[in-house]
Formats: sequence, C-alpha cells, structure tokens
Amino acid sequence: MDAELIQMLALKVTYAIVMVSVVMSIAGYTVLAERKVCAWMQGRVGPNRTVLPFVAAIPFIGPFLRNLGIFQPLADGLKFLFKEEIVPGHVNKFYYYLSPIVALVPALTTMTVLPFGEFTNAEGLTTTLVLANVDLGILFVFAISSLGVYGIVLAGWSSNSKYPFLGGIRSSAQMISYELVMGLSVLPVFLWVNAPGMTGSGLSLVSIVNSQEDAAWLVLVQPLSAFLFLVALFAETNRLPFDMPESETDLVGGFHTEYGSFKFGIFFVAEYAHVVIGSAIFTTLFLGGWHFLPWVADPWAPGLIGSLLGVGWFLAKTFCLIFFFIWVRWTLPRFRYDQVMKLGWAKLLPLALVNLIFYVILVTYLDQAAAS
Amino acid sequence: MNLSLVDFLFYVFATISVGGGLAVILSRNPVTAAMFMILSLVGVASLFVLLEAFFLAVLQVLVYAGAVMVLFLFIIMLMDVGPDSGKRTALSKTRLISGFVALFGVGLLTVLTLEYSGVATDSATHWQDVAEETSVEGANVVFSKSVKSFGYGLFTKYMLPLQVAGFLLLAAMVGVIVLSKKQDEEKSSEATEDASSASAEPRPEEA
Repeated sequence: MDAELIQMLALKVTYAIVMVSVVMSIAGYTVLAERKVCAWMQGRVGPNRTVLPFVAAIPFIGPFLRNLGIFQPLADGLKFLFKEEIVPGHVNKFYYYLSPIVALVPALTTMTVLPFGEFTNAEGLTTTLVLANVDLGILFVFAISSLGVYGIVLAGWSSNSKYPFLGGIRSSAQMISYELVMGLSVLPVFLWVNAPGMTGSGLSLVSIVNSQEDAAWLVLVQPLSAFLFLVALFAETNRLPFDMPESETDLVGGFHTEYGSFKFGIFFVAEYAHVVIGSAIFTTLFLGGWHFLPWVADPWAPGLIGSLLGVGWFLAKTFCLIFFFIWVRWTLPRFRYDQVMKLGWAKLLPLALVNLIFYVILVTYLDQAAAS
Repeated sequence: MNLSLVDFLFYVFATISVGGGLAVILSRNPVTAAMFMILSLVGVASLFVLLEAFFLAVLQVLVYAGAVMVLFLFIIMLMDVGPDSGKRTALSKTRLISGFVALFGVGLLTVLTLEYSGVATDSATHWQDVAEETSVEGANVVFSKSVKSFGYGLFTKYMLPLQVAGFLLLAAMVGVIVLSKKQDEEKSSEATEDASSASAEPRPEEA
C-alpha cells in the first residue's frame, strides 16, 4: 500500500476514535446529569461526595466541583470494571456474553453519518465535519439502530429466567412497532427538503442541516413530524414512558436482571449512548443542526473560531434535548404494556400516515402553484 | 497473486455469507441458526456495498436483518423450540427429495459458472459505470446509485411491477386477517384467555 492510503486510513481511524471517546464521555456525564436532575426534581442534592484527593485540596474550586459530582462517573466506571464478575449457572454462556456487545456496537456505529459542524477555510471551501457523508444517511441510521434490538432480545433469552425473558419479548415487540412510526415520521421531512425548488439532495443528514441555514427550522415547518419522531425516539431508546424492557416495578430489572458488573455497565452506557445519538439526530433533523437560529444567519465568522462555535452550538442544542429526556423520565409515569402497543399501532401510526399524505398533497400543490 | 482491496473484501464477505448460510442449516439450536442467518444477510448487504448498491444494502439490513429476523427470533423464543425438535422430521423420503434438490442446485450452479466464467473478464461485456447524476425530468431514466433516481425509476418505468408487488403483499395481509378471524370465531370461549396472554402481562406468581 502506498503512503497516501495509509495516511488517510490513519487519519480516519483517529477521527473515529476521537468521536467515540467524545460520545462515550458525553454518555457517561449524561448518567451524572440524570442523577443530578432527578435529585433536584425530588428536592435532594444528588451525588456530592466523590472527589479526587488533590482536587479537594484546592480551596474554593475543590468543594464546588465535589458538590457538582463531576468525578462521580469516574468512580462509577471504576466500580463497574473492578466488581466481581458473577455469571449465573443457568445462563446460555455464549449469548450471555455476546448480547452486551451487540447492544453497544449499533449505538456507537450510528454516529458515523452524524454531521456536527462545518469548517470553512481561507479559500471559502466548506467542509462538513462528519465521519462519512453518505447519501442515504438517515436510512443508514435506521438500519443500524434496528440491529440494536438483538442485544436486548438475546440478553433476555440467554439469561434463561422469567423476568429477563419477558423484558426481551416486550422490547422486541415495542421496537418493531415504533420503528414504523419513526420511519414514517421523517418521510415528510425529506419530501419537504427534496421538493422541487428546494436545495436538498437524497436522504443525507448534511443536506437536511444545510436546508435549515438562514431559514425556518424544520420543527417549525413540520411540528407533527417532529413530535412523532420524538415519541418514537423515546420508545426506541427505552426511556421512561416506554421503558417496557426494564420496568423495575414489575420485571425487577427487565432484560439485564441477570447481569452484573462490567456487562451491566455496557448495557447502561449503550442506553445513554442511544439517548445522546438520538438527541443529536433530532437536532440535525429538526433544530437546524449547527446553524444559529431560525431565519437568522450564523453570527460567527467562517474559520476556526466560527466552526468551533458552531459545534458548540450544536452540542448545546443536543444537551437541551438530553435534559428534556431526563425531565420527561422523572415527570411522567410508565405506560402499561398494552397501552404502549395500542398507542403505537392505533394512534401514532395512523397519525404518521395522515401526516405523510398531508405533506405529499401540500408539496404537490405548492409545486403546481409555482409552475402555473 | 495480485489481490486488490475490493477483491479481498469480496472474498471476506462472500465467505461470511456462504459460511453463515451453511451454518444456518447445520446448527442444531434454532436461535444459533437465526443468528447465523442474520450474519449471512449482513454479509450479502456488504456485497451490495462492494457493488456500490448502497440503497439495496441498507434496505437489506433494515428489512431483513432488522425486522424480519427479529420476528423470526421472537417466534423461536416464544415457542421455545429446543435443539432436538428438528429430529423427528428427518424422514428418509424428505431427505431423498432435499438431496436431489441440493444436487440439482449445485449442478446448475456449476454449469452456469463454467459457461459464463469468461464474461466477467471480457472487457467488452463489462458493466456500465453507474452515472453520478441522472436527468430526472427526461423520459429515459439512467439507473444510478443516487436514491432520487432510484425512486424516480420505481414510480415511472417500473410502476407496474411495483404495483403488482404491492398488491401481492396486500393479498397476503388480507389472507392473514381472514385466517386469524376464522380461528377467533371457532373458539370464542378461548378468545378471552388468548387476549389476556397476548397482552403479555405478567401472571400472578404461584406463591
């Protein structure tokens, strides 16, 4: 192989590793955010004891950081790593070990097509910051995330006990149902962006973001699509109104009841990685990605500073959505299982179909009106 | 031997899909068979990627690996099919028929491969390069790898096959509804019990 190819490969691998580490750290700190927000909502203080020895010695900043619980994820991670690995005797060993991996890999793979910023160099050439700008970005995300259900199903089955099995079965039914709603809810968005006269091209996430530059955010154009996508996202990430697979009160711990230490940690991180990636995808689709405000051009100048500010703005929007996820979790009660199914098939799916047909007619009408 | 990267990847993914397919029929445990089938389907999707048919690859993963196989696994787990449940069907007559079918398939494959093995190396019959952009407004649609042209072709030139395939699926769906309705009327006494177990609510434990 020639040096150029090796250099390119090394660069790509480095980018991928950096992105994985950033998303994983955000996922880790989302756990902390969950605990802190939950505590504040319940009038408690949350994690406020963990601190590194030398940091605690700093007079003012040390106690402040300790009260914020900044070091809690570190302690949690170490605990997951060094706890005793207990494998129950009645499990199917191979699938028991395989399922945490199957749960984590899709959660981390979807980030390859996720655009998070752009960089304009001195010649005015704009590069989008994304690992792979694929023409069918959103389909790729759906395809990979649809594989994530295997981790949960296999975990439930291989545990070979009652509650995990119920959790796994529930989750596979739920995920298949809400995948439909999710797919149907983004179709109008892509119809709108690819309509005659619009700038979009294909199913790429990059073109979706760029169509929202200096124009209305798609959440304002298509509020119903955004709402349906958000509900389906809650169901796909197994967050609280829909956390059938691990409803603690009736299934002990759901699919991961028989898991402990690091393997449980992987399930845990996979769930939060799903939340982070899901929020980021919602931001790119409906909240304008890294662009400033609806109808307002980006106030930052192109260049290194501008691109950093853009990425920061993108992250800020994503964090707001993550906060929304946590907020909903600690506010709403859980649906009953049959209610989840009824909501998905009898309410959300027809609504998504009506929404799609409405936008098909609207786009055609606007096209005809423009032509005549 | 001079292997390019694409050739090398082709052999890797071809091995995965064929080996996965073999493992599906050779493994005793139905769950293992289903997992190997997923592996095989993903391998075929990777082959589509190598052919630059990205749309087909993604659909393959989304529909087959992501949805159909989940249902397969779901059914296998619900019915609790064990490793030994396949043994009873191993009748000599069935074996004979399947043996003949396999032999015929391998024979056909061999003959076709020998007959057409020269085609790929013949430069005159090379596949046309896929076009990056297509004239969407014009009548003749060039088939390209962009999703837009795919959709345009599907709804203009290939409208009839699309409708026929859709009609076939509709017929299957109506058939399922009719069949399940009939069963429901016959055993109306068991219907209430079915409904309660279908909602998968955990039954009260026997203390």
